[in-house]
Amino acid sequence: MAANNIKKPLGLQLFIYGFVLLWLILAAFPFLWTFWGSFKVELDFFSKADWTNAISGVRTQVVHGKAFTGAGYEGAWIQEEFWRAFRNTGIVCFFTVLTSLTIATLGGYALSRSGFRYSFWLLIIALIFRALPPITLVSGYLLPFFQWNIWGILPTTIIVLVAINQPFTLWMLHSFFQKIPKELDESAKVDGCTQFQAFRNVIIPIMWPGVITAGLFSFLLAYNDFAVTAMLLSQDNQTMVPKIASFMGTTQVEGNVMFAVAAVVSAVVPLFILVMFFQRQLVSGLTAGAVKG
Amino acid sequence: MKHKTFFWFFLPTAMAMFLFIALPLVSVVSQSLHVPHDKVLITVENCDPFGCTSQTQIDHTLTQALYEADPLGQWAGLGIYFDRGHLAIKEVGEMWRGSSGLGDFFSTLKNLPFYRAMGFTLTFTFIVTPLVILFGFLIALAVNSLHQRLKGLMIFFSLLPMIVTPLIGSLIMFWMIDSRGIIGSMLQILLDNPELSLKASTGLTWITLIIYGIWHAAPFAFIVFYAGLQTVPKETLESAMIDGATRLQQIMHVVIPHLAPLVAFVALMQLMDNFRVFEPIIGFNAEAHATSLSWIIYNDLGGETRLLSSAATTSVLTIIGISILLAPVLVRTWREFNPQE
Repeated sequence: MAANNIKKPLGLQLFIYGFVLLWLILAAFPFLWTFWGSFKVELDFFSKADWTNAISGVRTQVVHGKAFTGAGYEGAWIQEEFWRAFRNTGIVCFFTVLTSLTIATLGGYALSRSGFRYSFWLLIIALIFRALPPITLVSGYLLPFFQWNIWGILPTTIIVLVAINQPFTLWMLHSFFQKIPKELDESAKVDGCTQFQAFRNVIIPIMWPGVITAGLFSFLLAYNDFAVTAMLLSQDNQTMVPKIASFMGTTQVEGNVMFAVAAVVSAVVPLFILVMFFQRQLVSGLTAGAVKG
Repeated sequence: MKHKTFFWFFLPTAMAMFLFIALPLVSVVSQSLHVPHDKVLITVENCDPFGCTSQTQIDHTLTQALYEADPLGQWAGLGIYFDRGHLAIKEVGEMWRGSSGLGDFFSTLKNLPFYRAMGFTLTFTFIVTPLVILFGFLIALAVNSLHQRLKGLMIFFSLLPMIVTPLIGSLIMFWMIDSRGIIGSMLQILLDNPELSLKASTGLTWITLIIYGIWHAAPFAFIVFYAGLQTVPKETLESAMIDGATRLQQIMHVVIPHLAPLVAFVALMQLMDNFRVFEPIIGFNAEAHATSLSWIIYNDLGGETRLLSSAATTSVLTIIGISILLAPVLVRTWREFNPQE
């Protein structure tokens, strides 16, 4: 911005730094605090007497002999079998991303290369589907799933998540493929390729940046989903988010809030790593729909 | 691309959306118009040496037969829509006649579950959406004026509140605002009120949920506006500066008009997402003070008795609500795609 060329008055400069710092604290502090506190006992994490206890871990030292303890993690992962939920989330995310990218790539490519009127209508329908809250569809799933006896298992949930993912992924890949010049695959077709050969030999080698971005967002949707997974999975097959929600019912009575805290931190860590490695793709994905208009 | 090629490329995604979005939608509408069959009851007499007792039992074979004859259940028409759990036409009519004024009418309306949820959903949507846009814009302006290296760091940390699962994010906040948590106990000290609890009153719960909503969504607005700021034409800004425009005037007359389409985009996404507010209510354990339409559906579907018809009816009403909300935006998109008309 040209405004950077002239020096800002000191007051404004200080105000900007103050504001940015405030936002930084608001955004990051809750995570750091909870991460730190997850290695303490409950009376330190919730210390009414003196908040510095949560930092130094006075009670934790009394109970465990040192200022940090993995008791919450042990309770959550082993006693409450959180590893099962972690594994289920892994399976659900992997297959949802794989399937949803495969079919949305084909569909998005077709939409971007078809000049006919119906491709516009299909995009509008996808936009309407995107606006539907997923939970409004759940009561439509339950009856048939009970009847066919496919309720509660992972494959059913994966297929439902793939379908719910489609509208968004389709839009994203459609606008990505539109940026790839049509002449590339047209000329391949002139040289005698079929449409599919042109897609395979010309488009697939250069489509990965867009596909990775779209994949990140379908991963996030599957990873973060609560409405569908809570309703469609049986107790044994629960993924992390519904499992944490069910922790709240049971563990609070037993005084084991720390199990839930440890589980929450365990579920945030993969996301943290994701942001670290894919920050650029996430930002470009968020703005992909916007910059077009 | 030929029609036939298009068909084969598009078939898998079309099948997925048809089978798992369009068909369930039809099923939801049809469920909302039916109620489950009444259980067929029979009276059985059990006689023992001390006398006879009669017991009422469910005749499973006859009930089964009813479902085989009519698997959807009994036709209810719009009956469920008008009952007490949903639009409550009769109750609203009575309240309207019995109330002394508009304020009185609205305060009694809050006793009906659907209107209570509607009240919170709309309040949440229409307070969070503009504040997210405003706050995101301010962060974008501030971060944009930072040194290059700091920008990357800010973007990294800003992404966290948005990317983290809403349920998990709200749990983290919930523990911090607990009266024994760091924010909760700090507020007690600052306001000198040891009894203060953010969970105890309806007003404070709403404010907490709204602040959470802004915290969660502001990064999205920030990222979009930040990207937009990179494309503000330098020449226009410079000529504005030469003409003597102050910093504020530059922002008002150059930057904001340039970002206007992005504001529309963020508003569209936010209206969609805030209208479905749901996970924070679970995370903050706030259902005693705040419910939303999505929460009602979740509540009907969960538990021992799955109230499918009731949930389906609320689902249809939610979808109608969201169509009304988004109709102006859809019309705008339609015009953009069809400039010739």
